[in-house]
Amino acid sequence: MGAKMKSKKSIFLCTALAILLTGCATKSELYSWGNYEDQLYAHFKGEAPEKHILAMESMLEQAKAGNAKVPPGFYAHLGMLYERAGKADEARHMLNMEKQAFPESARYIDNLNNQFKKASTQ
Amino acid sequence: MKCIAKIGLAALIVILTGCATTQQPYDYTNFKVSNPKSILILPPKNNSLDTKALYGFYSTTQRPLAESGYYVLPISLVDETFKNNGLTVPEDIHQVDKAKLHEIFGADAALYVTISQYGTKYMVLGSASIVTASATLVDLRNGATLWQGSATASSEEGQNNQGGLAVMLVTALVKQVIGTAIDQSHQISKMTNARMLTAGMPNGVLYGPRHPLYGK
Repeated sequence: MGAKMKSKKSIFLCTALAILLTGCATKSELYSWGNYEDQLYAHFKGEAPEKHILAMESMLEQAKAGNAKVPPGFYAHLGMLYERAGKADEARHMLNMEKQAFPESARYIDNLNNQFKKASTQ
Repeated sequence: MKCIAKIGLAALIVILTGCATTQQPYDYTNFKVSNPKSILILPPKNNSLDTKALYGFYSTTQRPLAESGYYVLPISLVDETFKNNGLTVPEDIHQVDKAKLHEIFGADAALYVTISQYGTKYMVLGSASIVTASATLVDLRNGATLWQGSATASSEEGQNNQGGLAVMLVTALVKQVIGTAIDQSHQISKMTNARMLTAGMPNGVLYGPRHPLYGK
């Protein structure tokens, strides 16, 4: 009986420990990042958009498959790459996706869309 | 059994104190009043000797702030917007009128970053990649300073990290990549930014509205 109590106690302690440890570690990420940051860096270094589009599209697929969200700016960045590759419709679609997923982006996206319109009517 | 219990208790105490690093509390009055939802990260000023620092570092600034619950404006498009308006130098961009920034980008706050160290330092025993930066968060609607912080990271530091598991995870990931990476300092920048801009750390930024711990 006594031994049983003691083992119960140690189980309790172990559980408490485990809870505390996970309590420190409740940080699962909000978004699926893939190697987005490295893609951004490559983009800034001036690498051609076509390769990045493929990488970004596959990251998007991966996020969708895992039921995860892509980070802020992801759709907009992909939209920019489409625009550079001459795919205006896809570009606009991605900008609207950004606005839909993150309404905080509305004003900036609207400004960009207006610029687009101006550029295409010139 | 008693012994195990004692060890358990000792471990508990260690863990508890480990979680609760006490420091002088940061004054978050302005931050809380401003309550920003969206952050515009401006291209960082580069005071290091390496010209690659600007984009090697800039490309790694979004993640910790987004993961802390903020909407972060897409830095590649932001950079492009500035260039289209003839602003190619971060020093000039940092001087742009805040009301104007708010009007164009619609962000509640802007983050002004300065890189002070970026690249390989050769020392007596081997070399190290070190990235150091500081940042100031400013409300774009009224110009108030909301928060300031700085951080450093090095390729040669041990695994003894401050800042909890989120930062440790990034560190571990970075360490894995480093062996094969061409641009080591870009990888180290991820650690610097994780330390500087992750919410929930002592004197760090507060959680934003998109994080479950927002307002707690």
